[in-house]
Amino acid sequence: MTIDFFGDPAMKRALIGAVLVSLSSVPLGVFLVLRRMSLIGDIMAHAILPGVAVAFIMYGMSIPAMSIGGLIAGLTIALLAGLVSRVTVLHEDASFAALYMIAVAAGVMMIALNGSPQDLEDILFGDAKSLNDHLLYLMATVSGVTLLTLVFIYRMLVVESFDPVFLRSVGGKSWLVHAIFLTLTVLNMVESYRAMGTLMSAGLMLVPAIAAQFWAQSLRAMLVISMFMAITGVFTGLIIAFTYNVPSGPAIILIIGGFYLLSLLFGRFGSVRARYFPFPHLSQ
Amino acid sequence: MTIRLYNLSAGYDRHPVVHHVDCSFTDTSLTAVVGPNGGGKSTLLKTISGLVPLMTGKIDFGDIKPNEIAYLPQQFEIDRTFPISVLGVVMLGLWPRIGAWGRIRKSHKNEALQALEQVDMVTFAQRPVIALSTGQWQRVLFARLILQRARLILLDEPFAAIDGHTTLDLMLELKHWRQEGVTIICVMHDLHLVRDHFPQAIVLARDLVAWGDTNDALCRENLDRALCLAGKWTNSAEMCETNGEKNHWYDH
Repeated sequence: MTIDFFGDPAMKRALIGAVLVSLSSVPLGVFLVLRRMSLIGDIMAHAILPGVAVAFIMYGMSIPAMSIGGLIAGLTIALLAGLVSRVTVLHEDASFAALYMIAVAAGVMMIALNGSPQDLEDILFGDAKSLNDHLLYLMATVSGVTLLTLVFIYRMLVVESFDPVFLRSVGGKSWLVHAIFLTLTVLNMVESYRAMGTLMSAGLMLVPAIAAQFWAQSLRAMLVISMFMAITGVFTGLIIAFTYNVPSGPAIILIIGGFYLLSLLFGRFGSVRARYFPFPHLSQ
Repeated sequence: MTIRLYNLSAGYDRHPVVHHVDCSFTDTSLTAVVGPNGGGKSTLLKTISGLVPLMTGKIDFGDIKPNEIAYLPQQFEIDRTFPISVLGVVMLGLWPRIGAWGRIRKSHKNEALQALEQVDMVTFAQRPVIALSTGQWQRVLFARLILQRARLILLDEPFAAIDGHTTLDLMLELKHWRQEGVTIICVMHDLHLVRDHFPQAIVLARDLVAWGDTNDALCRENLDRALCLAGKWTNSAEMCETNGEKNHWYDH
């Protein structure tokens, strides 16, 4: 049965694409979660939709145009997010929640008025079957650049996430690290929307990281565990998507969501199990 | 060398929280900054460490370079749920030496372990920071300070919510640093501790109320005046005309 899947070139491309996306999205997601920016990440992903929609209206189902449109919209929101959290301290979550609802509504409306229901479904929920070689090269480039940049800024990013005041007090460029991180995040959300859909791309970033928190108390372990969950989820989800001909994004997220539920219930640290059925305590 | 503040004002959104402060800190001095809440103690430290920009005046650091200044904020300002080990936190103190890309050597790690030994926390080296108590956490942050090898150390309420035993341990550590040539400025609330351990003190209630020898600076009259000043703060600030500077409300 599985041999069939791997023999199918579309399936192979989908798998390669989704793994590429995971490789760079998942570490970004871990930092998003640790920086308490899960909500902002979610909102940025949704805000890509109107940009994609405008490009769709102007150029049709053109991947480069839609990617650039998404990138512009995402970066605008990222910039706005930074500005709002600096200028107005209060109620930033509320104003963002409103903002992203409006962005999704506008995007959906624009596509619905100018395209078929199938277009809408592909944009919102991903169509991993449609990945071609060009797209895969693009995804490989984005993932490669993201991973290299992450390695380059790793130490600064860790300190900026854990103790930003310390980084600034020793003369580190806190704002620059933040800006690079946000740009990478948007770039990866745009990268993954073909495979995951605009509504689901943040899920591949955030859900594995959130689930991994129940298993790890070190950053390295968290990165490894979240990556493992993401790639397992991607494989299983894609097989389901191809078998039952359902959208790939939700299939993948539901599998990873299952990992999250299991982690929440049975995880090593801070789970329901740890709360009500703790392991016997140590002598010290 | 002496660190001097000239006519220093700093604050947020045009409202100065520290107002036209002139004072100095001699080499290897140990100074406590006391005063009412909102009196600008933390802001003064943040300004000296470069985290809050100056509104007026200037700071003369003598021969101390920016990377020789260490600043420890109040405890709650650091996210202690972050998945990092005690040793990892202490190693951050290497930053002035190795920066974002320098290699971490075995000797660096040993130095970090030694610093942990010095604050009695070496057995916790591999523990995640989330598992620490308040006092243990403060000891770890002191170990990080040791690794920073700073010549000017600024501490914001380092003994808040810390028990007497730990306070004395850490206080010894401060005195030890001083002997090694470090100048220390410390925001404090506990006046008994200040009188017992700090030779110099500054009383700050937005304006500088007094500075100098602790016994003189902390006299009844100065402390009363500080409280009295604190009671008069209002939202509707007028333009400041101190030092004959007209319109420097806009400069603030």
